[in-house]
Amino acid sequence: MSPSASSSRSASRTSGQPRRAAVIGGNRIPFARQNAAYAKASNQDMLTAAIEGLVARHGLAGEQVGEVAAGAVLKHARDFNLTRESVLGSSLSARTPAYDVQQACGTGLEAAILVGNKIALGQIESGIAGGTDTASDAPIAVNEGLRETLLTLNRAKTPGQRVKALTGLRPSQLVPEIPRNVEPRTGLSMGEHMAQTAKQWGISREAQDEIAASSHHNLAAAYDRGFFDDLMTPFLGQTRDQNLRPDSTVEKLATLKPVFGRGEGATMTAGNSTPLTDGASAVLLGSDEWAQERGLPVLAHLVDAQTAAVDYVTGNEGLLMAPAYALPHLLARQGMKLQDFDLVEIHEAFAATVLTTLAAWESEEFCRDRLGLDAPIGALDRDRLNVNGSSLAAGHPFAATGGRIVASLAKMLHEKGSGARGLISICAAGGQGVMAILEAA
Amino acid sequence: MAGTYAGLVNSPVGRKLATQLGLPRPATLRRYAVGEPLVEGSVLVGGLGPAPVAERVRALLKSEGIDTVDELADGDRVAAVVADLTEAAEPSDLDALRALVAPALRGLRPSGRVIVVGREPSSANGFAQAATRRALEGITRSIGKELRAGATANLVLVGDGAEANADAAVRFLLSGRAAYVDGQVVRVGPGTPTEPADWAKPLAGKVAVVTGAARGIGASIADVLARDGATVLCVDIPAAGDSLARTANRVGGTALQLDVTADDAGRQILDHATARHGGLDIVVHNAGITRDKLLANMDQARWSSVLDVNLGSILRMNEVLLADGGIRDGGHVVLVSSIAGIAGNRGQTNYGASKAGVIGLVDALAADEGLRARGITVNAVAPGFIETEMTAKVPFATREVGRLLNSLNQGGLPVDVAETIAWFSQDANAGVTGNVVRVCGQSLLGA
Repeated sequence: MSPSASSSRSASRTSGQPRRAAVIGGNRIPFARQNAAYAKASNQDMLTAAIEGLVARHGLAGEQVGEVAAGAVLKHARDFNLTRESVLGSSLSARTPAYDVQQACGTGLEAAILVGNKIALGQIESGIAGGTDTASDAPIAVNEGLRETLLTLNRAKTPGQRVKALTGLRPSQLVPEIPRNVEPRTGLSMGEHMAQTAKQWGISREAQDEIAASSHHNLAAAYDRGFFDDLMTPFLGQTRDQNLRPDSTVEKLATLKPVFGRGEGATMTAGNSTPLTDGASAVLLGSDEWAQERGLPVLAHLVDAQTAAVDYVTGNEGLLMAPAYALPHLLARQGMKLQDFDLVEIHEAFAATVLTTLAAWESEEFCRDRLGLDAPIGALDRDRLNVNGSSLAAGHPFAATGGRIVASLAKMLHEKGSGARGLISICAAGGQGVMAILEAA
Repeated sequence: MAGTYAGLVNSPVGRKLATQLGLPRPATLRRYAVGEPLVEGSVLVGGLGPAPVAERVRALLKSEGIDTVDELADGDRVAAVVADLTEAAEPSDLDALRALVAPALRGLRPSGRVIVVGREPSSANGFAQAATRRALEGITRSIGKELRAGATANLVLVGDGAEANADAAVRFLLSGRAAYVDGQVVRVGPGTPTEPADWAKPLAGKVAVVTGAARGIGASIADVLARDGATVLCVDIPAAGDSLARTANRVGGTALQLDVTADDAGRQILDHATARHGGLDIVVHNAGITRDKLLANMDQARWSSVLDVNLGSILRMNEVLLADGGIRDGGHVVLVSSIAGIAGNRGQTNYGASKAGVIGLVDALAADEGLRARGITVNAVAPGFIETEMTAKVPFATREVGRLLNSLNQGGLPVDVAETIAWFSQDANAGVTGNVVRVCGQSLLGA
């Protein structure tokens, strides 16, 4: 999105303010490291578990909610109706409609925005937004060559054609297609892309390790004070995020070898990058009236949202920089400054993602040349950033991260008191970014 | 039937063998199912003199469409006998009980019932009446041990002028809800019971909280309370949240992940019940743990964790739950004691302490003038050997002994404990407070 698109900033609102969707509560299962606790759980198992915990917490068994929108990034072909199937396997009324959403790592937050917008427009009174991902139970497909041969065989009408099709078979076609964490248009992994951006911005190894260590410390502290008691339901014996290392230190993190980038300047390690993770989350949204009728608390309202995308293929912009571009639209529409937010959640795809995003907003040059702003957005008080930890500690089952953050931030804002505002920023593959603003009810 | 012994002696070959060897053969107990009659068959109702309770029982059974008979003809088989001995004053009066009950026992139907009704010995006039009244307990318990085929015998002591309040107790003890309640004494006192509009939903419109609801007996309590019409707030520790969610969703209630030992546990429960369900009528303090060791080897952690979860937390939660603005007037509090709190148990000094403490607490709460004035009843169940995940881990021999050392020759099920708790939770049962009813199949332990 080019900065000039800002001319349409205020055009999206029709006459009168629509109502705001309420964030009522959330639930997630603890996140597990790849091929560990949830190695044999499917996306549907995990999404169903997340929904079931949400239903139990809010007394929704047998109820028909307006809709359930959720998705997964790594998805089997059989899961074409993943969310609806999960609803059918849950205690919700079978008359609850559902659909799948997929916007890479933005899936969970985008789903919440979709449901929230329908509530705001009065099309539904309640809804559940969620996401799930498994890096363990990955969809392995047949080799592309084999697939083509089989399809040709299927189309063959005569014995001769069939024989001819079969002659296309090669031993090499037995190698299956395994999903890879790479951008199709560059062939580079997300980590390699991030390493390039981090290098451009001169992000230090120490700064990244500090982000990682505080993520672990903050998440551990949140567990210790029972913050997740009403945000999480155990699954398959896991009661805490498996990736969490409460005793992580900058010193220990400094000993790890870089895994992305090359040579002297390589700064990104397994410690300051999120690991592949399995898990699911779900958020309950509704109108204030719907919540009130059921005696359910309203933690926060969904105030606004913005997505953006960058041209990382030919446009000389970092793959994960899109949130930096989304923010000015939100600020302008809401008449806010970055510094007005009481809490900010920037998804830690990599520690460097957080740091480059913050650096970009502080950069006069970037804000002027790339965002078309007269002045830089400015620095963010770090005490307001990811105060209960983020993906580096919790892990990042792609589509589940949005739901994790929306529910946690809503609760944090509620604890701060009415009117407190929070910002969510999630970068996604394909050079995209999703942002949202919540305000404590 | 889960028991390996029970399975064996009820198999075709095992049955023959057991009969020849004189081994006990556990019967399949009649348990309550919605829509089934109180008892299957007619009921012999009689007693000594005017027998005021017998008169009420006849009316109650008639309203349920169950035939009653005053005496047995040859070959008559009845499903239950209700003997009203409230007028008994001299030892010689007790023969009326023998004369009524004895002929009925041989023909008593499977899972039959003998209910003896008497008066409280401590309120007797004179030595003879006190002794006679107490004698009923000895007779009833002995009948319980004589009965076979899943039949039980229980004693109901009715306070002067509280005859109407005994209906709910008689109804319960006759029914399949009391399948594993045997050899017990139920005391009925003053109070203002209200009958439910529908006896299939005696808890309709009520809000109940059940702690420890994720699994085992707690999950069964949630099931039964919900079946009886209550909205159930299910509480358990966060680590048990997945099982808790299953319980809550099964019963259409809500789940609250909460450690009952937290300082604000009572407040959290009350706030949740008030916000979500509009109030609180029934509190079931079921959460409990065991940390068994011989006292000689008992460390402080094992000792204090059991006492805090099983007793300390209840005292703290009650400060909020039983205060004004907490449980509604006319509400019901049910605690879970244990046979170990009555008889003691090797390796369970900590557990036994907590469960005996629960009984002391029930006595004190039931006597509390403030709670009495608000019409709040406080009772406890004391489970005996109940088939749960916990008892499944008991070593085989110990487990089989536990199962068999009772008049019904089998372990009880979680639902049996839950049924008794649901009965304590009925407004119709408002005359019953300060009771500790054992759900133990008349266990030999602590008898």
